[in-house]
Amino acid sequence: MAEIVSLADAVARAIHDGDAVAMEGFTHLIPFAAGREVIRQRRRDLTLIRMTPDVIYDQLIGAGCASKLIFSWGGNPGVGSLHRFRDAVENAWPGPLRLEEHSHAGMANRYVAGASGVPFAILRGYSGTGLEGLPGLDGNPAVRPIDCPFTGERLTAVAALRPDVAVIHAQRADRAGNVQLWGIAGVQKEAVLGAQRSIVTVEEVVDVLDPRPGAIVLPSWTVDYVAEAPGGAHPSYALGYSARDNDFYVAWDEISRDRERFLRWLDSDVFGVTSGSLAGAGSAEGGCGA
Amino acid sequence: MNATGPAAAAPAAAQPAAYTADEMMTACAARALHDGTACFVGIGLPSAAANLARATHAPNLVLIYESGTIGAKPDRLPLSIGDGILAETADAVVSVPEIFNYWLQPGRIGVGFLGAAQIDRFGNINTTVIGATHAQPKVRLPGAGGAPEIAASCREVIVVVRQTRRSFVQRVDFVTSVGYGDGPGSRVRLGLTGAGPRKVITDLGVLEPDPATCELTLTGVYPGVSVAEVRARTGWDLAVSGSLEVIGPPSASELTALRGLQAISQGSEGAA
Repeated sequence: MAEIVSLADAVARAIHDGDAVAMEGFTHLIPFAAGREVIRQRRRDLTLIRMTPDVIYDQLIGAGCASKLIFSWGGNPGVGSLHRFRDAVENAWPGPLRLEEHSHAGMANRYVAGASGVPFAILRGYSGTGLEGLPGLDGNPAVRPIDCPFTGERLTAVAALRPDVAVIHAQRADRAGNVQLWGIAGVQKEAVLGAQRSIVTVEEVVDVLDPRPGAIVLPSWTVDYVAEAPGGAHPSYALGYSARDNDFYVAWDEISRDRERFLRWLDSDVFGVTSGSLAGAGSAEGGCGA
Repeated sequence: MNATGPAAAAPAAAQPAAYTADEMMTACAARALHDGTACFVGIGLPSAAANLARATHAPNLVLIYESGTIGAKPDRLPLSIGDGILAETADAVVSVPEIFNYWLQPGRIGVGFLGAAQIDRFGNINTTVIGATHAQPKVRLPGAGGAPEIAASCREVIVVVRQTRRSFVQRVDFVTSVGYGDGPGSRVRLGLTGAGPRKVITDLGVLEPDPATCELTLTGVYPGVSVAEVRARTGWDLAVSGSLEVIGPPSASELTALRGLQAISQGSEGAA
């Protein structure tokens, strides 16, 4: 059964130095408040896993929380480069960042295998690309060819992702810790089901989860910690609760371009905000009005 | 050059010949999409062109974004592939594993619409790294995203990219997405089910694969663009079709629709 705790407690209990952590949310419901809490608690040597590292991992990478990254598309969506990610890869600042790189289809299938409890997934993919020959974090090939046992057709195998911790943001939970999310659902369900531990931040905890069209429900017994974090997806959006703060994504380009400017942002907007404060989860940086 | 607000649109209506190179490219890309086609769309130039097509000659174009939105009908340009307007207007919203496995992989999607940082003479695309090695790149680019499987499995691919000597290269530094590989026969050998890039649409004109050699060949130029100019902005010895076409300029209705979409989109910033 999920425990309903503060975000600071959830991060302190679930995420440890050296963990492999998947914070998912495909441009929608990105768990930014949880990301900032991980920075505030100064976690180190994390292996960050995420299809689209986005601004959330740019912040964690720049803050020195990560030594490895497993991903498939590392840009600032609709804006341009992730400058902290690029600085880490191109100049090893604030430290070296080892990469394992996939396609979206490959990452999605890796999460499906993790959630399904099988060691790998198969797809038609990677064939003829440079990605096919790249090593994984363990130095061995990250994807491998496999022959179909029925037809003999050559396909591609990708290894299951089983993160130590999955972190997602959802619209709501009830007081028993059942989680409900709707709209663009990404790979959040697969990430939670494939992980050893999980944290779900929510816009609100309610008495009753009334049905929503197309909503996913993660039963309380599949989640470890639920933490209320209104605005916790800001500057991404939470359908039904808050809009994407596109100005912040644009502003991030300038904040993150320069190391000193980024460090000042860390001081004022992450370390300068009380860890338990829900206001720090997002409203400090701009409007999240529904 | 994208800043075409209402103030700029008014005089343009009186002088329909005034348009930017990006507007010409976007209109040309939109024309390549047939009504009723299912189209896998990336954000940026491809999304602007696909939405222009929907607003003009192809109202029943099915827009599919990798966030899992099928049949999205945005009335403005989405800010990102996860923009709420895509989910709110879609026929169906599915998970990311489902969009790739059930929809893209079996060849259900007619056209894949891709951008590129580098493209080579066989239409192979690089969006991963610039530089000799992947481990120590000169420039780290965003990476693959959905592109490798879009390029492999859509029934055909259209690439939209601005043309420079740095982007149109003899050989890409890294093959993120396969076009025609090393030439004829590569796609079959690799087991790629789609036909590959049918058109590469640039800010100068259109390149199409030669049916025999698979090499990208100049088949069309925009009004006022010379072959010499296109060759000067190509990093290989560009072949030119014997029946080179001069592509018509954007029509007044294309420009009105495109500028309208861009004006609404600028006004709605943040309203995801």
